[in-house]
Amino acid sequence: MDARKKLDKRLIDRQLFWPLFALVVLLTFDFFYIKGFFHIEIIDGHLYGSLIDIVNRATPLMFMAIGMTLVIASGGIDISVGSVLAISGAITAIMIGGDMVFVDGVPKYAAHNPMSVAILVALIASVVSGLWNGLLIAKLGVNAMVGTLILLVAGRGIAQLIVNGNVITVYYEPFFYIGSGFFLGLPFSIYLVAAFLALVMWLVKKTAFGLFLESIGSNRVSSRFTGLDVQTVTWACYAISGLCAGIAGIIIASEVKSADANSAGLFIELDAILSVVLGGNSMAGGRFSIIGSVIGALVVQTLTTTIYAIGVPPEVTMVVKALVVIVIYLVQSQMGKTSLKAAGGATALKAKEAKA
Amino acid sequence: MKSLQINSKFIPLLITIALFGGLFVAGSVSYRGFFSMQVVLNLLVDNSFLIIVALSQALIIIMGGIDLSCGALIALSSMVVAYSMSHLNFHPALAILAVLGVCSLFGFIQGWLITYQKFQPFISTLCGMFIARGMCFMINQDTVPITDPFFMTMATTRIKLMPGAVISTSVLVALAILAIYIYIAHFTRFGRAVYAIGGNEQSARLMGLPVDRTKVMAYTLSGFTSGLAGIVFCFYMLSAYGLNAMALEMDAIAAAVIGGTLMTGGVGYVIGAVFGVMIEGIMQTLITFQGDLNSWWTRIAIAFLLCVFIVVQRILVLKRESRKVMRPVEFLD
Amino acid sequence: MGTRDPLLKMLGVCKEFPGVKALNHVDFELRHGEIHAVCGENGAGKSTLIKVLTGVEIHDSGEIILEGRPIRPRTPMEAPALGISTVYQEVNLCPNLSVAENIFVGREPMRGGKIDWDDVNRRSAEALARLNVKLDVTARLDEYSVAIQQMVAIARALDISAKILVLDEPTSSLNKTEVANLFRVMRKLKSAGIGIIFITHFLEQVYEITDRITILRNGQLVGQFETASLDRLQLIAKMIGKDLEEFEKGIKESLSDTASAETEGVYYRATQLGQLGSINPFDISIGKGEVMGLAGLLGSGRTESARVIFGIDAPDSGDVSVNGESVSIRKPADAIRLGFGFCSENRKTEGIVANLTIRENIVLALQGKRGLLAFLTRKEQEEIADKYVKLLNIVTPSIEQLVGNLSGGNQQKVLLARWLATDPELLILDEPTRGIDIGAKAEVQKLVLQLSGEGKAVLLISSELDEMVRCCSRMAVYKDKHKIGELRNKEISELNVMKTIAGGLN
Repeated sequence: MDARKKLDKRLIDRQLFWPLFALVVLLTFDFFYIKGFFHIEIIDGHLYGSLIDIVNRATPLMFMAIGMTLVIASGGIDISVGSVLAISGAITAIMIGGDMVFVDGVPKYAAHNPMSVAILVALIASVVSGLWNGLLIAKLGVNAMVGTLILLVAGRGIAQLIVNGNVITVYYEPFFYIGSGFFLGLPFSIYLVAAFLALVMWLVKKTAFGLFLESIGSNRVSSRFTGLDVQTVTWACYAISGLCAGIAGIIIASEVKSADANSAGLFIELDAILSVVLGGNSMAGGRFSIIGSVIGALVVQTLTTTIYAIGVPPEVTMVVKALVVIVIYLVQSQMGKTSLKAAGGATALKAKEAKA
Repeated sequence: MKSLQINSKFIPLLITIALFGGLFVAGSVSYRGFFSMQVVLNLLVDNSFLIIVALSQALIIIMGGIDLSCGALIALSSMVVAYSMSHLNFHPALAILAVLGVCSLFGFIQGWLITYQKFQPFISTLCGMFIARGMCFMINQDTVPITDPFFMTMATTRIKLMPGAVISTSVLVALAILAIYIYIAHFTRFGRAVYAIGGNEQSARLMGLPVDRTKVMAYTLSGFTSGLAGIVFCFYMLSAYGLNAMALEMDAIAAAVIGGTLMTGGVGYVIGAVFGVMIEGIMQTLITFQGDLNSWWTRIAIAFLLCVFIVVQRILVLKRESRKVMRPVEFLD
Repeated sequence: MGTRDPLLKMLGVCKEFPGVKALNHVDFELRHGEIHAVCGENGAGKSTLIKVLTGVEIHDSGEIILEGRPIRPRTPMEAPALGISTVYQEVNLCPNLSVAENIFVGREPMRGGKIDWDDVNRRSAEALARLNVKLDVTARLDEYSVAIQQMVAIARALDISAKILVLDEPTSSLNKTEVANLFRVMRKLKSAGIGIIFITHFLEQVYEITDRITILRNGQLVGQFETASLDRLQLIAKMIGKDLEEFEKGIKESLSDTASAETEGVYYRATQLGQLGSINPFDISIGKGEVMGLAGLLGSGRTESARVIFGIDAPDSGDVSVNGESVSIRKPADAIRLGFGFCSENRKTEGIVANLTIRENIVLALQGKRGLLAFLTRKEQEEIADKYVKLLNIVTPSIEQLVGNLSGGNQQKVLLARWLATDPELLILDEPTRGIDIGAKAEVQKLVLQLSGEGKAVLLISSELDEMVRCCSRMAVYKDKHKIGELRNKEISELNVMKTIAGGLN
């Protein structure tokens, strides 16, 4: 039993080693080259500092990385997340809006609609977006990239329609709490991620969802022959990915106190994919680690913050991120080749061919 | 009799052309001033760079791939042209040559990663897109104006076809590229190999076609063409900025698909992409003429068309697979 | 003709893959104007022989002599240049291109820097006319049936200059008329002096069209025979590696006598179950506690039957009842809900999930049956996995080992464990002992008998006839995609199976 636990642990460690390593390297760099990077102070009972800031800013990306991990594990991809994020932000902003009213002669801002309703509608819209992707991909069998492309193109247009082409500013204090409030000294959004992560981990570890997903992502045919409901599981992944993008949209809208359908979540799909890949997950699907992707998202945000901090134009981060994806991909494909050989996969394959 | 028969291969293309005709008629009936030669010609004038990248996109999709980098490459290409002329005092000819070289190399690397390192095409070209956009800002973060006389001339020259019908030089370039692409796609072994790979890569290999070489060449050509589109874009804008031509790759893909190119590869005509662009353009014109509609409806309408085409394509493929009735054959004895 | 040198000679050809001697000093000879069948069961080396000849694989040693000159094709592109072309069952052409293009793609005639399409179309039509086929060469290839697509492939091969044409299972999905047409073309080519190597699973076709037969078994040459002088029974016996004379001295008592003759009752019954193109309608019933064998040569329809029963290929005809109640099985999940289990012959692609651990692979089907929420706890999973690892002697350091790292035999056992964990009422085993060592084989066979002893129904398919005879209490015999007979109890013997195959459906 003991040996088994050890082996299990080693596998996890190996997958999480590289993202953690990357994080440490980046932070070490920051420690030496950016003054006061590790400085944390308490103002009004809130913790402030670059580290807190990174975690806070990384929360939308963490949500999207969680959803993207599931989709990639199923053997697909979701490139529509940026557009879904914009839709969700637009809905929340336009529904809450904010009017100035006088309460007892004091000017106060009140929401158009109750905040809970606005958020609920935004989340429903996001899940529906995900279900739409799932319909095309899981049900109709459209290629995942092509299927999510449609929403990528349409989504921003829909978001623009919702806000009528304007940048919608929100004037409603309670809404800001989601993206920039503090709870027990820490940013509130961190608790949101923690809660959602716990929920997804429950789904993955305490129900059979994780097992089914890994099986389907590894070998669709075998999974079908074993009686697994391949379609529904795949569908669910896209729905969750939509939900994640939606939550991220709300957080971002709350953080910047407005919704800009044009730029919200622009290019974020590559960040999400990068987080997943950095988390040690294979683009081929199958085995996955959500924790790894969350750490990956932290690495991506640290990288972005670092590049900002050392005064390089922010657009350069795009180049760095793309190069990182390429390098990880190259390494993965090289490792794939060698591990297959080690497992005797190549041998067995050849032998099978000889027989056929 | 045979000449009267319409080959079923052309049906998707004819549907696209009919759709364009229908939209034009609808516009002419609904809005005054819509029915004119210039409205049609303006579609070409305003979209000539899009036509050029849509052509290369169509060929790549026919091969079973995708190129998400073309919009970013247009931005990079125009930035390199503008910057090299304004800051480095390059001769326009040298600037153009340099840009075509850079973009071809860009396409070559993407193709190499896809062919020899087994990258998924969309990952390779998505990374390419980010790198190209990033490079724009590494070169210059602001708008770089183009004041070179050659570019000014190209930008302002109008060619009169008939009274009240003019086109720009960009249109001529686009039409020339169209002719070249038709030639490549339908009259060269390279072009036919592209179709064969899109139909069944494994078979193409077993039939002895140079699959790897063709794939790398096609992506290189796509990079080259995007560079060329960037130059035409300069004729149109007379300036360069890193965020120009945003999401243009989506328009190019949509144009190819609306033009009858099968997303799964192997089927389509490059000329269809031109009509795809025209349809996108005419929808935009319609929405402008309507006046009270938000311009964002264009994106939604394009996405809607894209969706309809993709879903219909998928259903047709499923039907084809389950089809039992085959074409008749005669046996001679 | 007889005095001429043979068209092709292969001498002492060896090809070894890691762990397998795919070809072990095989000789082969093909004459001008001859149709020559290559026969053999799974792992005989037919495919490898063809691959070596066509440059897909390079042989380790031995000689290939074409018209007196030694050749050594290294890539699939070189062989056609030498005059050796292959037409596969899965036509290797591009479905999206026109018929004419498929004949000429990669070598289109050019004129003035352009492809001369008129010339392409005209020459394609001519090439097809030489095969007595007339069709619209500008239409897409996939608008024609597979049979016609094969004709197009043959036309391409001949146009590139074929001295030798290899037809690899061309008739698998053709109907009678289409086969007749193909044979007419083959005879025509034969009279033109072309040598044809014909690979087929249809026994009757071997007798209808071929001049000679080469039989391979386990990578070795069994012999080369004139078709006319080798009767069906002898052919079957040689393919499955039995010495016919030994049988004629006296049939050995088979173990099946000890299996219960009376079954406790019918568990599964199907009438006129079939799927167009893969298996002709057949009746079958399986009793509780019975081991039912599906016997026949490779490609006879035995695997196709099993797949239709399990719902992998949805049947397009027939009624099915389980325990007397009418049921509909359209997908594997339907069958599993009724208590079926299925071990595919393609262990790697359709069986195990290589990236999951032994534990996960074993509980997968059970968990699938229980659904998403009734998740087995880690402890329950480990108990189940441990139980079956012990029961089936799966050799592994840990149940957390990835299944992809196990040997074939252990992978097979994991697959069996996956279904045993669901406590199945009917277990379908397609080639459960293929490619695994002798010890593991015996264990699997023991397990099959044990299951039937517990009142379970088992459906067994195996290329090894002695294994079938040892295990089965009843046997359905298949030939050329038809079920042609049934043997029970004392009738079950290797000789009787072979006789049934040789005799039925002539």
